Amino acid sequence: MSTGFFNELWVSKMMIFRGIYMCIFVSFTAILIGTIIGVFVGLALTYGNIFTRFFARAYVDIIRGIPVLVLILTIYFVLPVIQINFTALQAGITSLAIFSSAQVAEMLRGGLQNIPKGQTEAAKAVGLGFSQTFIFVTLPQALRQVLPTWVNTAVETVKGSTLISLIGVVEITLVMQQIIGRNFLTMQFYALAGLIYFLICYSIERGGKYVEKKVAIK
Amino acid sequence: MDFYIDYSVITSSLGILFHALGIDLYMTLFSVVLGTLIGLVVAFALVSERRIFRILSGTYVAVIRNVPLLIIVLFIYFGLPDAGFVFSEIPSFIFALTIYAGAYVAEVFRGGILAIHKGVGEAGMAIGMSNLQIIIFIKIPILIRSTMPALSSTYISIFKDASVAAIISVPELTFHIRKINLETFRTIEAWSTATVFYVVSCFLIAFLLRRVERRVAIPK
Repeated sequence: MSTGFFNELWVSKMMIFRGIYMCIFVSFTAILIGTIIGVFVGLALTYGNIFTRFFARAYVDIIRGIPVLVLILTIYFVLPVIQINFTALQAGITSLAIFSSAQVAEMLRGGLQNIPKGQTEAAKAVGLGFSQTFIFVTLPQALRQVLPTWVNTAVETVKGSTLISLIGVVEITLVMQQIIGRNFLTMQFYALAGLIYFLICYSIERGGKYVEKKVAIK
Repeated sequence: MDFYIDYSVITSSLGILFHALGIDLYMTLFSVVLGTLIGLVVAFALVSERRIFRILSGTYVAVIRNVPLLIIVLFIYFGLPDAGFVFSEIPSFIFALTIYAGAYVAEVFRGGILAIHKGVGEAGMAIGMSNLQIIIFIKIPILIRSTMPALSSTYISIFKDASVAAIISVPELTFHIRKINLETFRTIEAWSTATVFYVVSCFLIAFLLRRVERRVAIPK
């Protein structure tokens, strides 16, 4: 307690940097994998036949119906039982990827279904096939529409990444807990954690707004 | 594979699990009600003509929305006692969840306020209502009715976020499921039960809120 906050901060700077790196690495990987899976699930939701639609709907509704914390703990504890031996880091990334995939799928479905029917009809009229219509007509419009929600999902994923500290991944939250365990500067270091998360999430949000403005139809 | 399914550990503690779910619902209800009140005030501050109100409320919303709930919870539960504010687990979690809910609800209401037609306020003014009367008797009822769909999805995610309370040992659903998992090693049974509990509760809450939505929806 005798040493000041800034002294402690200086001593533990490398730990904090590693925590930030871990947080960004986990969130980025999870969002990337989640978006790829989510696009396929979203397509199945929109264009699939009744079976694929049913399974995609069940997947999305179940994942969106349980808290991220429960999802993370489920993946972490259940995988070893069914003989899949993931490290805590892999389990954390997997669960956050699954979480974001469900969000991406749902918003992509919304985006695709919001496109006026006239667009696909016009595409058909000029002789485009299904994949051409999708790539050149519906997808660009859907992407523009889902961008704000997608940025939101990215922020939610970064925020969800705090919960993987529970399964022992050394990211910002766990780093802060380790530091606090040593020097008991509880308020200061949790406030610092809040500040770091704020900076990460706020820049994602601002970046999203900027891109949104760039790609908006004038 | 060398495991078998045995739900007896779950069925024997169903009573505890329902009680735990009750704690979740209780914390959610508290936070949602208080958070909605905070959200209302903050939302009107967000669109206020006074710069200072806009700056203060804007900072609150931006900060809370961009900081993870877990950090807020840990700060309030472990950090604030250093400053002399000691709460037990449940009140401190309700406090954190309320602050968190307030920011999200404010954002929903802000959009709603901007969508209210200007003529509505002017009509109030024309019959001699004060600004406060216009807000309380005209704008808030319209606001709640028009934003109900967005509000209900916010409420549902607040309910899901209540699971974070497990981390500061509030004996709610996730906490008990984790305890069952660690004590009996019936992993699949425990977590599938958690999934069913949460999915079904979210579905029921959504169903109830949809009825409210239909009841209060503004007729076209």
